[in-house]
Amino acid sequence: MSSATSAASAPAIAARGLTKRYGEREALRDVTFEARPGERMGIIGPNGAGKTTLLSILAGIQSPSAGDVTRPSGRVGWVPQQPAVYSKLSVVENLRLFARLERLADPEAAVERMLEQTGLRDRADEELGRLSGGNRQRVNVAVGLLAAPAVLLLDEPSSALDPRQRERLWQFIGGLASEGTSVIFSTHNVGEAEHYAERVLVLADGELLFEGTPARLAEAVGGEGADFEAAFVAFLHAEGH
Amino acid sequence: MRWLLLKDLQILRRSPLLVALLVIYPVAIALLIGFALSRSPERPRVAFVNLVPPSENVITLGNQRIDASKYSSQLFQSIQPVRVSTRAQAIQKVRSGDVLAALIIPADVTQRLTSGLSPAQVEVIYNGDALKQSFVQSTISSKLAEANAALAGTLKTVAAQDVDLLLRGGTFSLLGRQVNILGLRATQAIVTASRGQLPRHSPARAALGRVSQFANLAVANLDLSKQVLSTLSQPLQVKSTLLHGRRTPLDSFAVAVAVAVSLMFVCVLLAAGMLALEREENAFGRLVRGLVRRESLLAEKMILAGGCSFLVTLLMLMGIGLFVGLDWSRFALWLAALLVGALAFAGLGVAIGSLAREVRAASLLALLLSLPLAFLALVPSGAVAVGLYDVVRVVSAAFPFKPALDAINTALNGSEPGLVGSLLHLLGLAAAFGVIARLALRRFA
Repeated sequence: MSSATSAASAPAIAARGLTKRYGEREALRDVTFEARPGERMGIIGPNGAGKTTLLSILAGIQSPSAGDVTRPSGRVGWVPQQPAVYSKLSVVENLRLFARLERLADPEAAVERMLEQTGLRDRADEELGRLSGGNRQRVNVAVGLLAAPAVLLLDEPSSALDPRQRERLWQFIGGLASEGTSVIFSTHNVGEAEHYAERVLVLADGELLFEGTPARLAEAVGGEGADFEAAFVAFLHAEGH
Repeated sequence: MRWLLLKDLQILRRSPLLVALLVIYPVAIALLIGFALSRSPERPRVAFVNLVPPSENVITLGNQRIDASKYSSQLFQSIQPVRVSTRAQAIQKVRSGDVLAALIIPADVTQRLTSGLSPAQVEVIYNGDALKQSFVQSTISSKLAEANAALAGTLKTVAAQDVDLLLRGGTFSLLGRQVNILGLRATQAIVTASRGQLPRHSPARAALGRVSQFANLAVANLDLSKQVLSTLSQPLQVKSTLLHGRRTPLDSFAVAVAVAVSLMFVCVLLAAGMLALEREENAFGRLVRGLVRRESLLAEKMILAGGCSFLVTLLMLMGIGLFVGLDWSRFALWLAALLVGALAFAGLGVAIGSLAREVRAASLLALLLSLPLAFLALVPSGAVAVGLYDVVRVVSAAFPFKPALDAINTALNGSEPGLVGSLLHLLGLAAAFGVIARLALRRFA
């Protein structure tokens, strides 16, 4: 195997046997998977399935009770579900603050790049508290991308957005993946997972029930050509959830 | 850390209402407390020792008999007396905090009052707390003033009778014997008549002898009357003894309280609120994911809150200093007390902030905790039961308000306990609350 092939096939991020316990309760149970560079991976599952816990562990916010995560060198980009930015600061002030905290070599260049990529240059000096939910989420995503991470983790990034804003967000995320960034996102909207994820992970009660393409999930319940959401629900029923 | 500090200052600059509230609220509270301090409590507990033998409780002044117990009964209407037998027991009661002060009536008080030659003295022993001193001092002073006024009235009557006796003559009791006094007027008449009628070496020597006797006695009584009159204004005097340190005037103590209250509110509210803001804005998880260590985040909030509250209270103190006589030569001590006090309050603030997810919850928690702590620290010993007071002391020592008040009071007024002890206490509390905050932050991602 050549080194080029080896590099191409090396996972951008890998989880092995991840388990997370909160007292008696197991929020995650022996979850193993990996994502390749430039891959878009969706994590779906019912409420309380462990999606946010899994992303938090991948991001390094929480430590697993058991198992380990192999991350790429450099930082993993993290975009929490709620915008994690300061509403009293302007767009550019938020970006500049986090660029400095990331200890980037050239914070101003990173800020300029993000203003460009997110299309927020004309709103750069506005306080975040005055922006729409969609624009705040764009800043939220931009902060996660400041360090140009190899892996971007997004926790239900489109939940607060209207359809038009959602479309713009996914276009933006698709553009990142095409440039080699691995994107792992969780979503309640299984339709989004079908459209924007190349592979999906199905979690239920902390257990990884399925890993593969959306089409394979539909096949697994014998519902080829059927509605993906119906196939997903049928799959959960079949698995006893 | 400096970028976070700059960020927080930017946020504060854009929150003028919050900043105004942070300054106005504590100043208003401080003024209210200062006003409240000017009022004394109703019946303070005072240890009472009466060393006068029971047989000498009745004072005889001239023909007047005064029952001294009448005055103690009046005093007991204003204090809650705790009767003890000896001066040592009284001092122990004050030291233990069981009573606010001790009032000691010495054994010779009635003799002195009876003789009228020197003022009688009662002793009051205070604890070194300005608030306590003020409570008891005002109560005892007012009652002693009443006793003085009553005794002075009696002494005036006695003096008037003496003078009348000297002028008109009559009898008075001396060592159990009834002595007849001629009186100045009669003397003058006799002498005038004798001088005109008697030749030299006349046999009327006896009459002149009486005149001579009266003249000697009159001089002596007039001398005595002068001394009696000199004690009329204050027949009873108070000897004050302070058990711990020097006495702090209540005005200066009220300044220390006002400054400590302001320091506490600004600092605790700011530290708690700004830490909770990180979670309310959902930024906490992002920050501690490798960008900032939790310890650094706590230190930054403590520096921010401590620095801002230090500046606000220092300006407030300097402003007060323009109107109230403060000792500016102790300025360096003011700085030390305010700085270390702010650090301890900031520790408490981040501990509170680490427990709350929202600024409103953190602010509410900070208020709910701070106000009772301030009032507990101002409860004087003797105002509550001994066991309860011990609990109050322990609680007060576990939070920064009481040691901060002691430090500021010492810095401003040189009161006891010493500054070093209070500062070390505050540093310990700052570290303890910092550790609590750090442990509490483990719960949050």
